[in-house]
Amino acid sequence: MPEQLAFTIEVFLNGLMAGVLYALVALGFVLIYKASGIFNYAQGVMALFAALTLAGIIDGQVPFSHLINAILGTDIHHFGWHVPAFLAILLTMVVMIGLAYAVQRLVFRHLVGQEPIILFMATIGLAYFLEGVGDLMWGSDIKSMDVGLPQGLNTWIDDTTFNAFGYGFFIDNLDIVASIIAALLVIGLVMFAQYTKQGRAMRAVADDHQAALSVGVSLNFIWILVWSLAGFVALVAGIMWGTKSGVQFSLSLIALKALPVLMLGGFTSIPGAIVGGLIIGVGEKLFEFLIGAPFLGGATENWFAYMLALIFLVFRPQGLFGEKIIERV
Amino acid sequence: MLYRESGDFSSTYAEDSQTFPIKFDRYRYYFVLFIAIAVIPFMINDYWVNSLFLPFLIYAIAAIGLNILVGYCGQVSLGTGGFMAVGAYACYKFMTAFPEVSMLVHVLLSGLVTACVGVLFGLPSLRIKGFYLAVATLAAQFFLVWLFNRVPWFYNYSASGQISAPERTFFGIEITGPNTQAWATYLFCLMFVIFSAYVARNLTRGSVGRKWMAIRDMDIAAEIIGVSPLRAKLTAFAVSSFFIGISGALFFSVYLGAVEVGEVFGIQKSFLVLFMIIIGGLGSIFGSFAGAAFLVLLPVALKIVGVDWLGWPTDIVAHLQLVIVGGLIIIFLIAEPHGLAQLWRVAKEKLRLWPFPH
Amino acid sequence: MKLKMTTLALGAALAAGPAMAELVFPSLSYRTGPYAANGIPFADGYADYFTLLNERDGGIGGEPIRMIECETGYNTEKGVECYESTKGEGALVYQPLSTGITYQLIPKATADGIPVHSMGYGRTSAKDGSVFSNIFNYPANYWDGASVAIKHLLDLNGGSLEGKKIALVYHNSAYGKEPIRTLEELGKKHGFELSLLPVDHPGQEQKSQWLQIRREKPDNVIMYGWGVMNQVAVQEAANIRYPMDQFIGIWWSGSENDVRPAGEKANGYKALTFHNVGDDFPVFDDIQKFVVDAGKAAGAGDQIGTALYNRGLYAAMLAAEAAKTAQGIHDTKALTPAQMRDGMEALEITEAKMADLGLPNFGPEFTVSCENHGGNGYGAVAQWDAAADSWSLITDYIQSDQDVLAPLVTEDAQAFAAESGIEPSC
Repeated sequence: MPEQLAFTIEVFLNGLMAGVLYALVALGFVLIYKASGIFNYAQGVMALFAALTLAGIIDGQVPFSHLINAILGTDIHHFGWHVPAFLAILLTMVVMIGLAYAVQRLVFRHLVGQEPIILFMATIGLAYFLEGVGDLMWGSDIKSMDVGLPQGLNTWIDDTTFNAFGYGFFIDNLDIVASIIAALLVIGLVMFAQYTKQGRAMRAVADDHQAALSVGVSLNFIWILVWSLAGFVALVAGIMWGTKSGVQFSLSLIALKALPVLMLGGFTSIPGAIVGGLIIGVGEKLFEFLIGAPFLGGATENWFAYMLALIFLVFRPQGLFGEKIIERV
Repeated sequence: MLYRESGDFSSTYAEDSQTFPIKFDRYRYYFVLFIAIAVIPFMINDYWVNSLFLPFLIYAIAAIGLNILVGYCGQVSLGTGGFMAVGAYACYKFMTAFPEVSMLVHVLLSGLVTACVGVLFGLPSLRIKGFYLAVATLAAQFFLVWLFNRVPWFYNYSASGQISAPERTFFGIEITGPNTQAWATYLFCLMFVIFSAYVARNLTRGSVGRKWMAIRDMDIAAEIIGVSPLRAKLTAFAVSSFFIGISGALFFSVYLGAVEVGEVFGIQKSFLVLFMIIIGGLGSIFGSFAGAAFLVLLPVALKIVGVDWLGWPTDIVAHLQLVIVGGLIIIFLIAEPHGLAQLWRVAKEKLRLWPFPH
Repeated sequence: MKLKMTTLALGAALAAGPAMAELVFPSLSYRTGPYAANGIPFADGYADYFTLLNERDGGIGGEPIRMIECETGYNTEKGVECYESTKGEGALVYQPLSTGITYQLIPKATADGIPVHSMGYGRTSAKDGSVFSNIFNYPANYWDGASVAIKHLLDLNGGSLEGKKIALVYHNSAYGKEPIRTLEELGKKHGFELSLLPVDHPGQEQKSQWLQIRREKPDNVIMYGWGVMNQVAVQEAANIRYPMDQFIGIWWSGSENDVRPAGEKANGYKALTFHNVGDDFPVFDDIQKFVVDAGKAAGAGDQIGTALYNRGLYAAMLAAEAAKTAQGIHDTKALTPAQMRDGMEALEITEAKMADLGLPNFGPEFTVSCENHGGNGYGAVAQWDAAADSWSLITDYIQSDQDVLAPLVTEDAQAFAAESGIEPSC
């Protein structure tokens, strides 16, 4: 196989994998937007907070230790125990559900019926708040995330493709695991939305709040459910990205990578998030490989993802799978 | 009692259609201007200017610009950082290429260049609406930052890629570079703030502003009655980018003096200016000032209280800043979703009736 | 409550009172924000050394030291605010630990007469003291680093890099672009092919760049990264099975935070440094006794002896020595910023001095003069041992290629002088 073709296929496959990771983050946005019309700016910070909590619980860190030490003059940092990964994930989920409940009760219950941009601003306030609290609770130094996920070159693929094509493709083990988990998550979410009572209630709420209320759907419960699901998705995204780069502030910036995916796939579609993610991932990596690195000096991925989404939007303003925007005059 | 319009008659059309029809409002406005122009310059020092007044004034201009686009015309834009960068780099190129020309001309020209760039990146707004447009303008943000990093012509081929403002004078007084006086930079920026607010207020009061607001409220209905969406949206982008470009030029040349585009004009700047106008109140010139004041002064005030007065460790104070700012945003929104400008309007309404309850 | 109020009132009164005769060293640190993981140990080291001097020696020459910490979050605007709020307190020298903030301060601090020490970062051409009278960047700068890395590679390859491929993975900012010109010149001189791979901030995603490295198989990779970019780069290099000992980072890519996440696979990674590593020096016993055990350590105490902690310590040591020199020249105990600047310009660091301080062989010997504010360009190479969880120096201090670098420095300094209307004077 000619070398350039082999390289292109390798870049294509890696683009698909990268796209899956973006889609994981975008899923959280879609869930919340679908059910309550809120564009959740805090999704990235929620992923950071979830990852921090998980790393803190696994390590047995004392929450708010810096603050406690500063006020009381003590010097405590760790409980001394080490929690196994699975139990820690369950505990973190409990924290995220608690967070969803608090957010619902204290913030969004008072803002029912407001314009989307006001709700967006509330999530911005939430993002600041959560970032500050996360740093105060667990500290702003870098933590390593180790839940037992494999990382590194997948030797089986490397050897097989080398024997078949004369060039060993590089596929990261972590990416493969992430793709499987993302696929399971999407299938699970779609089945939940289609076939369970709560899922149908969620779709009803997404359609029309008043109508859903009138048939007896508890708006508050659905919103807490949706925010908890988004918290779970944020935790998964936080684990994946945290394993790659350690858990610290920059983790919240992954939300920016998810925005073109949302544009492309539509804000209200779960499969759209995946398809959008794949298109963006492949598009930006291929562009970087074919045009960006050789001719434009590299580092074009960031803006090209947005340009790609923009071009799609010009032809389909609601995204590929988004709800058609019907305007009544 | 204090704030009444009875007894205040207009005898000319000009008086009737003035911006502040009530005498109390007019005197309040003149008083604020008097304090700003004639009192503050004599009282400020380097710290107050560089940490509080200059960022407040410059962000106020950017907030006015973005408010025109988002608040009056309804086009959500997240490209503010990139447009400020255009203003800054345009100012830098003009300053280094034409050192004898006055800074006033340079800043205004940078605004014009940014207006042209803004119109270009505003073209997608003709087809895309709402939050989708916001994310589309992010393309402008990232592309512009990449462009200024990549093309050496913009930073005059310097080895480091940073641009530094050379020293320039305005009527013989230094206003850029290290040897400036606090009052000189303050007055220079204040001049632009008054100009921007004046132009913005009158544009939004006139037919152009009404067209923008028609597009914002119901763009299809507006088109039916003859408001051209193309012209309205593109003029909104142009005027908004003009102000944002001026603020970017001032940000670089007067306030910071040296800029590295990725760190200073990145995505967080776009979000910051958007937050300012949402907190301050969309569709309100006063709201732009209120929001800029809130987001510029509050963190500094918290830092002074936390670190200088209470002596707490700096990182705890920095984290608490985030917690308090986030908490206050949520509290304000729950109390008054339409921003600080709405609180101000409600206060004025109550004052109109005072001492009567209703 | 009453006690709290009186303490507050007392504190306010003290703060408002006349400035006592003490030496003020502001610390523009970042314990929050995207680079907190690297900013925290440096700030800890800086603070601990001054605390040690206060506790053990009563200050410098008998004058107590006051260190004012101000949080910048690596943000330029906050850096300006910190500078403005501390310069009136009699601040003697600024060490912003941020290239962006340094560029800000270069004209401002020069106009206000306060020196800036941008140790191994900042504007490289500030080495030319005739143009940059108040800016110092001893003992080495970014271009020195690139040249030292190339010299080390020359040593490993028997004196010739003809036909070799070297890739530069750099942070796509002013900092990362610094070595490009130097490496291009050195490439022409030694015959190696340079390929440039920029990484966008924050550097969380580097798949494309490392796939390209896997395809092109360069003989060596040099990295100029900071923050999360370092960790991800080391991780990705381990993932594509790039031989770690062919991967050299600049001194800002050589901290424990950068290599620990990759675990075993980061073994053999090299990084440059301009000071020694580890805590096997007499001064650390003093720090343990006077600072940590007395409960006055700046951080949690777990960073002592790490690469960035040592760097902060080194920076504080150089500042203290410059203050001592200034006290000697001007025959006074209390110092003004102008006197501090003179002290920095007359600073001489010798092995004997460092050994006296409890830091034998901790850094290169150098002398500062009016023409040369940047030391002699000595750096060493350290290598990471994953099993021992520590760095160790694998070379002596190597000098950078002054023939190539000196004209580049002069050229850039002269361009700045022309642009800003400064008359070079020495």
